[in-house]
Amino acid sequence: MIAPGTAHQGVRVGRGRTETRAGYRINLRGRTGRILADITGLAVFAVMAFPLYWMIATAFKPGRDILSLTPKWIPAPITLQNFQDAIERPFFFDDVKNSLFVVGGTVLISLALAFLAAVAVARFGFKGRTAFIILIIGVQMVPLNALIIPLYLMLDQVGQTDSLPGVIAVYLAVVLPFMIWTLRGFVANVPVELEEAAMIDGCTRVEAFLRVVFPLIGPGLVATAIFGFIQAWNEYIIAYVLLASPENQTLTVWLASFTTNHGPQWGPLMAAATLTGLPVVAFFLILQRWLAGGLTAGAVKG
Amino acid sequence: MGAAIAARNQGPALHRPRRRRFNHLPYALITPASLAIFGILAFPLGMLVYLSLQHYGLRELFLHQGTWVGLDNFRTILADPLFQQVVVRSLVFTVANVALTLILSTLIALLMLKVSRPIRTILMGGLVFVWATPVIVAIDIWQWMFDYEFGVINYLLTQIHAGNFIHHNWFDNPFQGFIVITVVVVWGAIPFVTITLFAALLQVPDDVLEAAEIDGAKPWQTFWNVTVPILKPIFLIVISLSTIWDFQVFNQVYVMLNQRPSSDYFVIAVYSYRESFGITQYGLGAAIAVVMVLILIVVTFFYVRQTLQTAEIGA
Repeated sequence: MIAPGTAHQGVRVGRGRTETRAGYRINLRGRTGRILADITGLAVFAVMAFPLYWMIATAFKPGRDILSLTPKWIPAPITLQNFQDAIERPFFFDDVKNSLFVVGGTVLISLALAFLAAVAVARFGFKGRTAFIILIIGVQMVPLNALIIPLYLMLDQVGQTDSLPGVIAVYLAVVLPFMIWTLRGFVANVPVELEEAAMIDGCTRVEAFLRVVFPLIGPGLVATAIFGFIQAWNEYIIAYVLLASPENQTLTVWLASFTTNHGPQWGPLMAAATLTGLPVVAFFLILQRWLAGGLTAGAVKG
Repeated sequence: MGAAIAARNQGPALHRPRRRRFNHLPYALITPASLAIFGILAFPLGMLVYLSLQHYGLRELFLHQGTWVGLDNFRTILADPLFQQVVVRSLVFTVANVALTLILSTLIALLMLKVSRPIRTILMGGLVFVWATPVIVAIDIWQWMFDYEFGVINYLLTQIHAGNFIHHNWFDNPFQGFIVITVVVVWGAIPFVTITLFAALLQVPDDVLEAAEIDGAKPWQTFWNVTVPILKPIFLIVISLSTIWDFQVFNQVYVMLNQRPSSDYFVIAVYSYRESFGITQYGLGAAIAVVMVLILIVVTFFYVRQTLQTAEIGA
């Protein structure tokens, strides 16, 4: 009954139900239906996952196997030449460094700001609370692509184009609403009584928060931090417009310019794509359960 | 449950609401985040409208000062046949992509209810990997797969005798080019929508479904008359989100066409970008973006209302 943001609970409930549902279906449809469903399921998996397989397979193939009219389905022999070519391209390491700086800045600052705001929304009834909630939900829907022009001109006026802090500022505003909304759910789930007990034992309100609530919402902080990481790491158009010189760009901009400058060199390009996608996939696997439940938890009343 | 709600419903605060001091703390807590959101999103949105009423070209960029022209920019774009084409193209593109995403995702989510456990895990894993793939990476992969010379798609289509696709260039013909773009967009959108719908499907109470089946409803009827109405709020949220994302599509067109799309490929975000950063007519670009925002505001309003109702906060 609370709201989205209690996502972790929603997913757990979901898992419990899966099993009842599965058992119930077996009785109903029998074995053939299940096998048919399984085959279809595998086919869907194959179609969805093939592009990713193809990227990785291509990245490990020597050039002559890539440029063959009959595709070679399995990369053998494998080579690391494509990866070497990719990272030897100009500005790779500069742009990795820039991406890490932008991501780090965005995550640290937004986490602090979002935590404060989430506490306010979850723990206090204040005038303007509903307006604030409407603002953070509504603002997520603002088409960022429409704001590029004013953002560019604003940052141009204060001399912050082609600078990483300007990009961080934009990313902050982009990730904050979701982070506040998610953290709010985590804070709300910590019983107020715990805080009150700490305050009776002599903690101030702020101390009670830092010592009691803060450790308990650890998973929420991790989830929102990863969300911020992925958003900032993947973003393209803002970085592309705001960062003009190649040594100031981020990794996605570097990757997108790969084809344009020299025509497609598929091997190194796929190696570069693999390298760009890798950290995101790693983090995403951890985050996925919070994202999935976020929208649905509490939406359907049983 | 949050203290705010608890306080209102239960207890002590209810008996002495007037004696409470005005509490500055919550305002102090939301100020930094509000400033960031307002300064970077809300203020530029206002500035966008202001810019759309100005002539703002290279000279103005240099002087940091536009010239007021009233509604001239809007008159220009509304009279521009290319702009009308672009709006229609964007709308058609959005409808097609949202519909495809939704139909395919619903089917996959329903399928996930039926498959056995290991297959569900595999399928879920595949979806999560696709979801995690950065857009630019996805574009590069599909560019390679649709490559006219060595692309695996042309090879497969030729092999299954769908026609002669040897050295077939998909981007020669904008309609076919948009098929490729749709594939990239829908492929990228399916995981989020499927996983969301699947999570929602799990929350549909079993007894209701059972009751429908005892009453003799066919599976299709049960889905349409029981499951869909229960999931309506989720469907509405997913549809509004997809609409907002697909209507402002930029990367999949711009990067897919190697940052040089011809005017046949202009969708509204690309056109706005092109007018501003390509030919430095920032006022015109802003006017186009304003039209985009106006069209999306309708959808946004719908979404916010639905989310608030779902979260039981606005009610």
